Amino acid sequence: MEDDIRELYQEVILDHGKNPRNFRHPEDATCEANGNNPLCGDRLTVYLKLNGEKLIEDAAFEGRGCAISVASASMMTDIVRGKTAQAAESLFDIFHKMCMGEETGEAPDEFTDDLDKLMVLSGVKQFPMRVKCATLAWHTMNAAVHNEASATTE
Amino acid sequence: MNAAAMADVMTKDEGDTYDVDANRADFPALSLEINQKPEVVIERMNQAYRGEYANVHRGAYYLSQKATDNYEEARTKVARFLNAKKDDEIIFTRNVTAAINLVSHSYGREFLKEGDEIILSHMEHHANIVPWQLLRDETGIVIKVVPIDDAGNFLMEEYKKLLGPKTKLVAVTQVSNVLGTIVPIKEVIDLAHEAGAKVLIDGAQGIVHSPVDMQALDVDFYAFTGHKLYGPSGIGALYGKLDILNAMPPYQGGGDMIENVTFEKTTYREAPARFEAGTPPIVEAVGLAAAIDYVNNVGLEKIARHEQGLLAYATERLTGVDGLTIYGQAENKAAIVSFTMDGAHPHDIGTIIDSRGVAVRAGHHCAQPLMDRFGIAATARASMAMYSNKDDIDALVDALNYVKEIFG
Repeated sequence: MEDDIRELYQEVILDHGKNPRNFRHPEDATCEANGNNPLCGDRLTVYLKLNGEKLIEDAAFEGRGCAISVASASMMTDIVRGKTAQAAESLFDIFHKMCMGEETGEAPDEFTDDLDKLMVLSGVKQFPMRVKCATLAWHTMNAAVHNEASATTE
Repeated sequence: MNAAAMADVMTKDEGDTYDVDANRADFPALSLEINQKPEVVIERMNQAYRGEYANVHRGAYYLSQKATDNYEEARTKVARFLNAKKDDEIIFTRNVTAAINLVSHSYGREFLKEGDEIILSHMEHHANIVPWQLLRDETGIVIKVVPIDDAGNFLMEEYKKLLGPKTKLVAVTQVSNVLGTIVPIKEVIDLAHEAGAKVLIDGAQGIVHSPVDMQALDVDFYAFTGHKLYGPSGIGALYGKLDILNAMPPYQGGGDMIENVTFEKTTYREAPARFEAGTPPIVEAVGLAAAIDYVNNVGLEKIARHEQGLLAYATERLTGVDGLTIYGQAENKAAIVSFTMDGAHPHDIGTIIDSRGVAVRAGHHCAQPLMDRFGIAATARASMAMYSNKDDIDALVDALNYVKEIFG
């Protein structure tokens, strides 16, 4: 059990949790959505700047939550910048399976580096209650891309 | 309760000692998060399902009569436990939420109208906020809120200012499920009555921390839930003064609550049957009765004293943890400690200390307005029970030091 805890709270996560990257509200964001975890009260807003080709030129977030949800949002906003919205969604599909402890299948080569980085969050699979913490930012990004006002982990 | 268990609790009840180890042995599982169930409750329910199960009020066969007797005996037991004047003043519900919704729907729609004011406190659980908001949206009543101070004390002087001729109902908690604050409900009730208002007390937390007396309190409605009283989930009760209950229209329609039904017109039975449509939680009532026996045998006042001792110990030990903030330091407080730690979110605290075998609840505790009052999103909460001991508190503090180790 304590190994699982150490696996979950790796240095990288603690660092992103304490010093989140892209924690800001970009003036030129083209879409945004609010993410809400009603069971625990965590809230965050994801801001995206999409160009005409639906390429994510900027990604940022604000909000409050546990170390896992803040770290996940921090890493996500780093990773999806420069990707198309569609690619970001495909990456989320694989990441979600990773968090659930499901078989991810053969991932496209373009995601290899990203998935290596995201692997630190896969420790949540030992803690089913915390999967929603790791995926809240990604659900919220999806909502923003699809012009939905909000996402919830329920 | 079987004979062995009865003998067990009887020895515990001798003299003024409190044998927490014996209490611990009565429970197959223990936790600082939620009240677990003693073996006697589980066993009694098991027995009711195996040998005494039938629907109630279905008359002419042995098992149904037995089930009906059990169910009605449970009602009598609850009535005595609360010192209600009559058994009929006890309505079985699913939980406190259902009890409050019963009052807001039935009493509220019948007796509260646009412009009438109801008073809540800032410490209410969502279950004692949202039903009134739904009623407000429907009828145009006005909701007023009694503030608390930074320590979590209910501000009686502010309450007095809110009371007035428009006040029709006061609905407040007996004990805050987050801060542990014990609200002086007798004073709240008397002041409300002077202003001509009725009072509903949410006893979800209060019922288990001290004895309550409906007649002495002169309260109009009192709601509690079985699972916090070491009983089963799925059952709670609403106490209501009989004349008020019988003036209220039915809330849910169905079987058992009627006198006579035709397609043209239906007449309804009096309380409690009027408010118990459909098959009730029969075995849960039996389990609740067993839980009341259990708690009575140990002694609610002894339990309260034991918990107060633990609260003092927990407060002292937790105050010694660097970077830890306790929310709720009211003068009168039940054995609940809510806290946050610098640099560690309550969910992270919850997950990490769980790995050390310490279960606490982390989150907003269904009291978001209260969280907003303190400018926080969540707390971790340790709630002490009749079976908790100092070792549990020590284990909690050790586990919190582990959290600090991880978060640096």
